[in-house]
Amino acid sequence: MALNKQLGAQDLVAQLRDGMTIGIGGWGPRRKPMALVREILRSDLKDLTIVTYGGPEVGMLCAAGKVRKLVFGFVSLDAIPLEPYFRRAREAGGMDICELDEGMLQWGLRAAAMRLPFLPTRVGLASDVHARYPDFKTISSPYADGETLLAMPALHLDVALLHVDQCDRLGNSRILGPDPYFDDLFARAAKRCYVSCEQLHERLDLGEHGSTDAARANSFERYLVTGVVHAPGGAHPTSCAPHYGWDMKHLKQYCASAEQENGWQAYANDYLAGGESDYQARVGGAAHIGSLPVTAI
Amino acid sequence: MANDQHDITLAELLIVACAEGWRGDGELLASGIGTIPRLAAGLAKLTHSPELLLTDGEAYLIEEPIPLGPRPEGFTLQAAGWMPFARIFECVWGGYRHALTMPSQIDRYGQTNISCLGADYDRPKTQLLGARGYPGNSINHINSYLVTSHGPRVFVKGEVDMVAGVGYNPARRTPGMRGDFIDLRRIVTDLCVLDFEGPQHAMRVRSLHPGVHFDDVQAATGFELLRAPEMGVTPLPDATQLDIIRRLDPHNLRASALRNNPPALRAAPRAEVPA
Repeated sequence: MALNKQLGAQDLVAQLRDGMTIGIGGWGPRRKPMALVREILRSDLKDLTIVTYGGPEVGMLCAAGKVRKLVFGFVSLDAIPLEPYFRRAREAGGMDICELDEGMLQWGLRAAAMRLPFLPTRVGLASDVHARYPDFKTISSPYADGETLLAMPALHLDVALLHVDQCDRLGNSRILGPDPYFDDLFARAAKRCYVSCEQLHERLDLGEHGSTDAARANSFERYLVTGVVHAPGGAHPTSCAPHYGWDMKHLKQYCASAEQENGWQAYANDYLAGGESDYQARVGGAAHIGSLPVTAI
Repeated sequence: MANDQHDITLAELLIVACAEGWRGDGELLASGIGTIPRLAAGLAKLTHSPELLLTDGEAYLIEEPIPLGPRPEGFTLQAAGWMPFARIFECVWGGYRHALTMPSQIDRYGQTNISCLGADYDRPKTQLLGARGYPGNSINHINSYLVTSHGPRVFVKGEVDMVAGVGYNPARRTPGMRGDFIDLRRIVTDLCVLDFEGPQHAMRVRSLHPGVHFDDVQAATGFELLRAPEMGVTPLPDATQLDIIRRLDPHNLRASALRNNPPALRAAPRAEVPA
């Protein structure tokens, strides 16, 4: 029987459980699986450990009270450097965090991907990333150099959530934007990986998509993919180059809501009350999302 | 175009001073994060250090620096290579980079912070970006820093609130770790240029910007500074450098890089400039 990994975002979220460790692909305000995140925001899920190069999804999940622990290298919207709801959650105190160097995060994912307990690195030593997180251990090189290194523990994920440009029903995927970021490592570090996509095809090896050049945009194997969700515009308000850029107007409005009394509740009422098609209608429709320019830095 | 020295802005002087930091580096990736650092990297490549590698700020290696801000109609990026973040980390960990970034705090050891401010890490007074790449950058490759508002809130007494970028603090060294890749070169501020060439990497004033006195810098710094024996005045940009800066910054983003966009010759009387 032919594989068919397609499922709906709600069905996907129904497979998640309280307390899970969820890795989220993309980078800051870029190519975040926001349609899947919104479905989590609409759900009863709680006590999540989130592992990510954070953008607005972190602020939203914090504001909605979904996050028990955050493992992060940064949280930023780049053009808007500070994420307001993440900032608020940290400044309120009591948030369980593991703050990492960006390179350490991918190193921990890589260790998990290779089924290793840790990978050595110099990164983190002599810094507060090491000093503030007592769980990190050091190790001595067993060779003549005897160098002391940080043993970056594997970052095992229960689930990875990614957003890419193209998928087929078998779970083959392609990232057409300029940078695949570390989506491949999130996929490899997770027990289950769900991928939402701009375009869903029956088969990526057929027709105009079947060329070997096009196939180079495939950055991880389908055996890693548990489910595929067709979610055009699903990265909004983050960017999904070359399809669309970030929605700065919407991001500014989202950030401004953090300055208001019950601002998150108002944002949630305005944008999350219905389903994803309601969301898209409220932000201006699929045509609006598709027309957002990919801006140069 | 003739350049009246009084029309030169401090931002332009800082761009030139920052560009000097990459002189003699050879084939390294010059990463300038922020308006002035990016313009400085472009200027360095187009003047004294053509061998430097640059990116477009996104994911591509380029051999021609790209002007900042909105690009003209029909602009097509010409890339020489591909440099996604995965390869940036390979470059960082291999030591092939000299980054110029803008930390929020710096201490006497050259330790830097962009993560969060306040004494209580579990409940910071101000949450900033997180450590980003600072721990890895600082322990692996050359780093320089830019401070656009030199004062005791940036150049702090004691240690920075969260050590994101490592420096020359012996108390922070884990026994047996390698610290010899730590290489802090210079700090360019709106008052002066600093280096780490004093005894035990003590911070020295290498040059003062026009009209600034050593005592002004010391008063704005939370720890004691040394004077470099050759301490002089930071040079003004020349006409060639100014032309390149204007070409790389057609939208004049540098005018917003420093508060009130002060002139480079701040102590001198400034002619009224027609609006």
